[in-house]
Amino acid sequence: MTDQYLVTLTVNGEDHELLVTARRTLVDALRHDLHLTGTHVGCEHGVCGACTILVDGAPARACLMFAVQAEGRDLRTVESLGSPDSPNDLQRAFSEHHALQCGFCTPGFLMLAEGFLASRPRATKAEIREAVSANLCRCTGYQTIVEAVDDCASRRRCAPDTTEGEATPEPGQNDTPRPA
Amino acid sequence: MKPAAFSYHRARDVDGASELLSQLGGDAKLVAGGQSLVPMMNFRLARPRHLVDIARLDELSHITPDGAGLRIGALTTHHTVETAKARLGGGFAVLSDAMSWVGHVPIRSMGTVGGSLAHADATAEWCLLAVLLDATVTVRGPDRAERTIDAADLFLGFYTTTVEPDEILTEVIFPRPAPHAALTEFAQRHGDFATVAAAVDLDLDGGTVRGGRVALGGVAPVPVRVSAAEEVLRRGGPAGPELFAECATAAASAIDPPADADGSAEYRTNLARTLVTRACEEAAHR
Repeated sequence: MTDQYLVTLTVNGEDHELLVTARRTLVDALRHDLHLTGTHVGCEHGVCGACTILVDGAPARACLMFAVQAEGRDLRTVESLGSPDSPNDLQRAFSEHHALQCGFCTPGFLMLAEGFLASRPRATKAEIREAVSANLCRCTGYQTIVEAVDDCASRRRCAPDTTEGEATPEPGQNDTPRPA
Repeated sequence: MKPAAFSYHRARDVDGASELLSQLGGDAKLVAGGQSLVPMMNFRLARPRHLVDIARLDELSHITPDGAGLRIGALTTHHTVETAKARLGGGFAVLSDAMSWVGHVPIRSMGTVGGSLAHADATAEWCLLAVLLDATVTVRGPDRAERTIDAADLFLGFYTTTVEPDEILTEVIFPRPAPHAALTEFAQRHGDFATVAAAVDLDLDGGTVRGGRVALGGVAPVPVRVSAAEEVLRRGGPAGPELFAECATAAASAIDPPADADGSAEYRTNLARTLVTRACEEAAHR
């Protein structure tokens, strides 16, 4: 039962081989094995949403999936969005609308919103409000998060040629440490 | 917390999964979307020694109209059903609409129809819909033995079904369209498990009710049909507040719900009355 499994995880377009035990959750593999610490860990039972990432484009809890299950899936974490020097449009909208205070929940909200807007680019404010109810934020009161996501969505709709759908970062933009 | 250690097995097809279950014995659990099992493992409420991953079995991911009815593969996600409303048509729109009550977007994108039925939470939307609409589930056991179970015989008690440990729930079949059906519920916060959930399927003839079905979740260890409330619908009458209030009162009088931190028995009874009324109204307006 402590057997190690050799798995290949595709994270932000890059393949990583790693040895994990079966009980290694995906979020722990991302953080401890791949050192992608942008994804946070909160409750570890799917309630808080701090660990939300994209699995095959859809927002999912990385604490409710084991790394061994994630092989062959297209995984995207907050590191794929932008960098401190060059945040993507959604991250800029969060900053402009003060959609974060302590920031602990922010990676989860960003990935939730990225996945949600990719499938629902014309979402109404009420639908955005319902979507962000998936994650917990104890600072902002959510209003500013709803406004940030709504603003980002409407800007993407106005500029379909450049930012509609998924924002693809340049390679090397990612400043998160990589495993040696 | 972190889950207890276990061994991981990935099934290639239903037969392979079935073989693995037989080989590994009673300490093996199937995992598909993992949205109920993994939290239980992380809390160590569940400590399976073996997990058999069936998430890749594409043969179980389908929505297929079947004569008047509808077959839904066990691995179809809640989100897939939610977004298939146009394809399902008016007869099964109730299934798509009910999905907005299932957790949140990230839960719906991973969680599966079959997983929810097999998990058998007393307030789960799929369990309630299956009981309301006389669904049957197909299960596959060792040596490819297949059998069907009526929803009425599927749920034994809290988190307990008549699916055997070496069987796999492969499909749920809704035998007939339900164009005038609705599900509604109440939870302290949207997306939480319902305190009480109500679902109604009306037989409507113009503006007249000729019969119908009423089911409640969260008032007993399993979702229940409420025959006293159905009797009111069977007597029939104009689809309006008077009949719906009578139906809801009959439902509230017929139940003996549990009390817990989410509400007293009296509170749940009152919720049931309100929610049955709401579900009747929504069902009549479809």
